[in-house]
Amino acid sequence: MTPLTGYLMVAALLFSIGLAGALTRRNAILVLIGIELMLNAANLNLIAFWRYGPHPEALTGMMFAIFSIAVAAAEAAVGLGLVIQIHRHAHTTDLDQMNRMKG
Amino acid sequence: MIEQSIPFTSQEVASTAAQLLWLIPAVPILAAGIISLLKQPMRKLSATFAIGSLGFSLLLSLFAFAHVVTGWMHGLAVRETVNFTWIQVGNSAVELGWVLDPLSAIMLVMVTFVGLLIFIYSTGYMAHDENFTRFFCFLSLFAGAMLGVVISNSLLLLFMCWELVGLTSYLLIGFWYQKPSAAAAAKKAFLTTRVGDVFFLLGIVWLFAQTGTLLFYSGGDGSMEQSALAGLLAHPAAFGLTAAGAIGLLIFAGAAGKSGQLPLHVWLPDAMEGPTPVSALIHAATMVAAGVYLIARVYPLMQAGALAGGSTTALTVVTWVGASTAVFAALIAVAQNDIKRILAYSTVSQLGYMMAGLGMGGVAVGMFHLITHAFFKALLFMGAGSVIHGCHEEQDIRKMGGLKSDMPLTFATYGIGMLALSGFPLLFSGFWSKDGILEAAQHWSVARTPFYMLAFGALLTAFYMTRQVSYVFLGHWRGHGQAHESPKVMTWPLVILAIFAILLGVIGTPIWPWFQSFLSGQGASFSFASLTEPALWILWGTSAAVFIVGLSVGLSLYGGRSPKATQPDVLESAAPLPWRWLHDRLYVDELYGVTVIAFYAWAGRAADWFDRRVWGGAVSSVAWAFRGWAGLNRFLDTYWVDGSFDKGCEEIATSGGLLARIQTGRVQTYLRILAGAVVILTVILIWSSRA
Repeated sequence: MTPLTGYLMVAALLFSIGLAGALTRRNAILVLIGIELMLNAANLNLIAFWRYGPHPEALTGMMFAIFSIAVAAAEAAVGLGLVIQIHRHAHTTDLDQMNRMKG
Repeated sequence: MIEQSIPFTSQEVASTAAQLLWLIPAVPILAAGIISLLKQPMRKLSATFAIGSLGFSLLLSLFAFAHVVTGWMHGLAVRETVNFTWIQVGNSAVELGWVLDPLSAIMLVMVTFVGLLIFIYSTGYMAHDENFTRFFCFLSLFAGAMLGVVISNSLLLLFMCWELVGLTSYLLIGFWYQKPSAAAAAKKAFLTTRVGDVFFLLGIVWLFAQTGTLLFYSGGDGSMEQSALAGLLAHPAAFGLTAAGAIGLLIFAGAAGKSGQLPLHVWLPDAMEGPTPVSALIHAATMVAAGVYLIARVYPLMQAGALAGGSTTALTVVTWVGASTAVFAALIAVAQNDIKRILAYSTVSQLGYMMAGLGMGGVAVGMFHLITHAFFKALLFMGAGSVIHGCHEEQDIRKMGGLKSDMPLTFATYGIGMLALSGFPLLFSGFWSKDGILEAAQHWSVARTPFYMLAFGALLTAFYMTRQVSYVFLGHWRGHGQAHESPKVMTWPLVILAIFAILLGVIGTPIWPWFQSFLSGQGASFSFASLTEPALWILWGTSAAVFIVGLSVGLSLYGGRSPKATQPDVLESAAPLPWRWLHDRLYVDELYGVTVIAFYAWAGRAADWFDRRVWGGAVSSVAWAFRGWAGLNRFLDTYWVDGSFDKGCEEIATSGGLLARIQTGRVQTYLRILAGAVVILTVILIWSSRA
């Protein structure tokens, strides 16, 4: 078993945990956390493929990862802002009760 | 004996009198139109319009008459026509027009004069009727239409006016339409005359088909002129008749209907349901004479093909029908008790005389009797009206009597009319005109029988008139209430007519046959030569004897007696059975009832049955077929087209509902489905890449 496979399995596990969290948690913050986990699993994949790829000397994978982390930070900020607004509005962060956009 | 007659001159340019002739009928018709717009209470105005318009027509007629007489004095037999084209179809044209000749001129003066007197009389007779204006409207319309018949130079125009006259006759007989008998009599008159008119119309159509014109006279091209008649004679019809004879017979059928000749006489006695002035004007003096006038008008056609002194089939038929009618109606008149009904049968009888006179002696003989009869019969009817008026609307002569002293003026004039009708020798006009007919009958080449028939009829005439006068004026009063003399407006016309009933004879005596010469266009002259003929004296003797026998038998049976209304008539107790027959009018109505009318009723029922069962059945079976087809369509529509559509909609709605259930609004649910789908896709991808 190559080290790459190990990284990928860890990343897949992490992704699955994040997905499970995002899909099953009722709390909006926990869902956001799940999403962050999935993003980090993707970052881990980027780093792993870059490190064990044909051109490890070029810093492309690192660049992708840093870029992605920056976007994730912005996304987390936006997401948390939305959650705070919803909480202020509805006094809850329970996603099951946020179904007012249902047609 | 027959002088050469002056040929009738046909002027290219008609004189003023002829040009204005159309006004004579037009003015009364216009007056009728105006009166029809007047309100019921405007009695004076409507009577003024009617009398004024007819007075104007009388003046114009006198002017026209004077024109014709002046021409005749100068040796011209005037016959002026004004013709115009009414309808032009291709090469054939329907022309109308009017004619001024001695025949129409005399008739115009008679109709307007008698008509005017009757109009004046009507203002008195109808004074208490609430429909006074309507009465005068109809009377004016009648006068106009009748004058139209007289001046027509076209058989078609004549037929139009003829039908108008029939219409007004219908309206006036049914004037008191509240009475069921009057309404029935009006219908009967209309329908019976219609029988004759159908034949008349056939004759008109045939004549048009043969000659291409319906004008009587049109400068040589008219249907009564030589060339057309020659064509008609050359054309054979069925039963050995020429076209001329057949058309003549058809036209005579129309005339017989209008003039109450056997077998179409049944309507005329019933027509007495109308007001008495109507009976006097229409059913005695003018309209019923229209048939006689028509035959006189188409006389060239009736006579066409006759050898000198001979007769044609058409004229022979006219004679026999006329003579039979004369005797038949006179017989019935003997046994009637209604004052107007006696006069009605007398009219039928006298019309028979006129027809016989036309058939045997020519235009002048028949027309002379027409003119004299118009005066004295109008006089008698108006006298009867005066009597009815004076006896409080009583018409049964058995409930009158002794009116001689109560109504002296009416009695005097009625007596004159009665003597004129019965043919009192030498003094009265009726003697001369009836004598003319008898003389013609004596010389008729075909048979002697009509002479005996007419002489017997004259005897009956004298008898039934004596009977009537005895019942009404002699004896003592048997009615209820007190009889009174009629107002002046009613008696003065009687006096005027009475004068004419005497004097008119002067213009037609054998010594001075002015009338006959005038009509035939010969010069008039006094001739005492005829007085030397023994035949004439024998004839006069016969006439006088017949009159005296009739009168004396009548007087001996009825004079001076005053039988009660319930008492049987003298003749009835002598011969009950024949009396019954005559009293019931020889059962002609009943005969028609069981033949023609029964047949029509049967045919009506058959047609009704056919209509209901056959046509109705066909129609309703088609309807049923369509209803069945429609039911099938409805079934298909409801259960097939609609059903499948509804089912489809239902399914779509259900599936929409099902699908809507996954639309929860929860993002996580969507994402779960998405994740599940990705997993499945991935599995499929991996699965397929392995293979």
